[in-house]
Amino acid sequence: MEGLLEICYLIGSITFIIGLKMMGNAKTARQGNLIGAFGMTVAILGTIFLFNSEHTSRNAMKMILIFGAIAIGTAIGWITAKRVEMTKMPELVSMFNGMGGACAALIGLTEYEHNLGKTRALAFIIAGLVIGTISFSGSIIAYLKLAGKMKKPIRLPQYNMLNNALLLGVIVFSIFIVIQHANLPHTIIWILFAVAIIYGILFTVPIGGADMPVVISLLNSFTGLAAAFGGFLYDNKPMLTGGILVGSAGTLLTLAMCKAMNRPLSNVIFGAFGGGSGASGDGSEVNGTIKDVQVSDLAVMLNYSKKVVIVPGYGLAVAQAQHIIHELEKLLEERGVEVKYAIHPVAGRMPGHMNVLLAESNVEYDKLVEMEDINPEFEQTDVVLIVGANDVVNPAAKTDPSSPIYGMPILEVDKAKHVVVNKRTMNAGYAGIDNLLFYDPKCSMFFGDAKKALTELVAEIKQL
Amino acid sequence: MEVLDLFVQHREMIYFIILAIFVGIEVIGGVPTVLHTPLMSGANAIHGVVIVGAIIVMLDTDPGNIFGLALGFLAVILGTLNVVGGFVVTDRMLDMFKKK
Repeated sequence: MEGLLEICYLIGSITFIIGLKMMGNAKTARQGNLIGAFGMTVAILGTIFLFNSEHTSRNAMKMILIFGAIAIGTAIGWITAKRVEMTKMPELVSMFNGMGGACAALIGLTEYEHNLGKTRALAFIIAGLVIGTISFSGSIIAYLKLAGKMKKPIRLPQYNMLNNALLLGVIVFSIFIVIQHANLPHTIIWILFAVAIIYGILFTVPIGGADMPVVISLLNSFTGLAAAFGGFLYDNKPMLTGGILVGSAGTLLTLAMCKAMNRPLSNVIFGAFGGGSGASGDGSEVNGTIKDVQVSDLAVMLNYSKKVVIVPGYGLAVAQAQHIIHELEKLLEERGVEVKYAIHPVAGRMPGHMNVLLAESNVEYDKLVEMEDINPEFEQTDVVLIVGANDVVNPAAKTDPSSPIYGMPILEVDKAKHVVVNKRTMNAGYAGIDNLLFYDPKCSMFFGDAKKALTELVAEIKQL
Repeated sequence: MEVLDLFVQHREMIYFIILAIFVGIEVIGGVPTVLHTPLMSGANAIHGVVIVGAIIVMLDTDPGNIFGLALGFLAVILGTLNVVGGFVVTDRMLDMFKKK
């Protein structure tokens, strides 16, 4: 029977690799996800019915508990995942990631007592426990930040030094427990758990909301690592493959996101946005005037353009304006205007977030153009319509070395003939920086809630 | 020398880890930005495999150890949330990319 379990585990490990690979291509992605889910089911069922070690015992109560727990988790997970609005996707991923981290932490807490005296096993247990716990508490903070329940980054005095000291403390404490566990009370593991929770919180709270996607991706690879340590502990191949795979892939994904923002990872973690140096572009006094445009004028302008590029941002997502923007696009196309969407790699709250949202409202995949491909096209563009985006079009990223976003590649919208910005207010963007684009003579503001303003705009164009 | 012994003892495991790391990098390499969010979400679901560990905890805990079973029970719930929630939400995202 052991052979059968090994086959199950082999299927699990291989499907994770194939599934993840297929998810890297738009055509095969959905199938890839399902293949991964299939492999996971095989690995889980195999473990429940076939796993055996010298301690294993199966009775009715345990089976009821296991299947009961799976039923509860499936019901909650399924319903939440199905019901959540697409705009809330990033925080949901963060929440699920935290659950995985907590699961790894609980495994560590229970296995500690069973493995006293075995240094090697204890090292794996404690590593998995600490990493899983940090991932858990960090993800919960990331969730709260993304959900807008924790607006401002909280920074204790000298938080970087404090955090590094605490991290060092956690590591030393962990090693100390592994070596000295025979002389320590069993409850020591709970103290380590508590310290790791605190570290996870302190690690995440100083990081600004705009950087949360990077943090989630990083914590995602942490949970992968925690799962891998579980794999070492039980010498369990699917846990190892799945964990290491996600650990390394997640790290690469994290670095890719940082690259898209042109900021080193250390800069994200140790905070640059608003960190001490006065974020609101202190070098450049904002002067000049902004002008706004009436809906009727904008309608005419768009209607008689040859080429319009829409730059969607998180504001569009918040206002749930992804459907109306698609309507606007269809209407303009009917009138013979060429319409494209310019997608900045970090538009929204996660790379690819905008694509998901626009795809939800049936915007064609080919109309979404990535930054490098659309930038050369702006010169031939008549009107750029920016909806709820700010930092990704801020010229300060190119011109102002004192700006916290300096060096981030941006959409070069100022090359177009006209720029129209739809915003609710004149407030600064997520990074908290003024945007000089708004003072550009070519630029006019179209104030209002994205959904409401665009609905009016569509109605206006229809009358032309 | 102890370090060398440790290496020899775990040679296969070390090779396994290194190869798995490269597989992870290889699998993600060259993915278009548009797929980063679903991919992150899919990877998120896959590390839910930690649930296998939680099930092993349940199976290996003494049936009389109520506290241990309770922790294991909670761990299985959390792991399932990660797995099911992760795969379902990824599927929902990817459903939107399908060609009409």
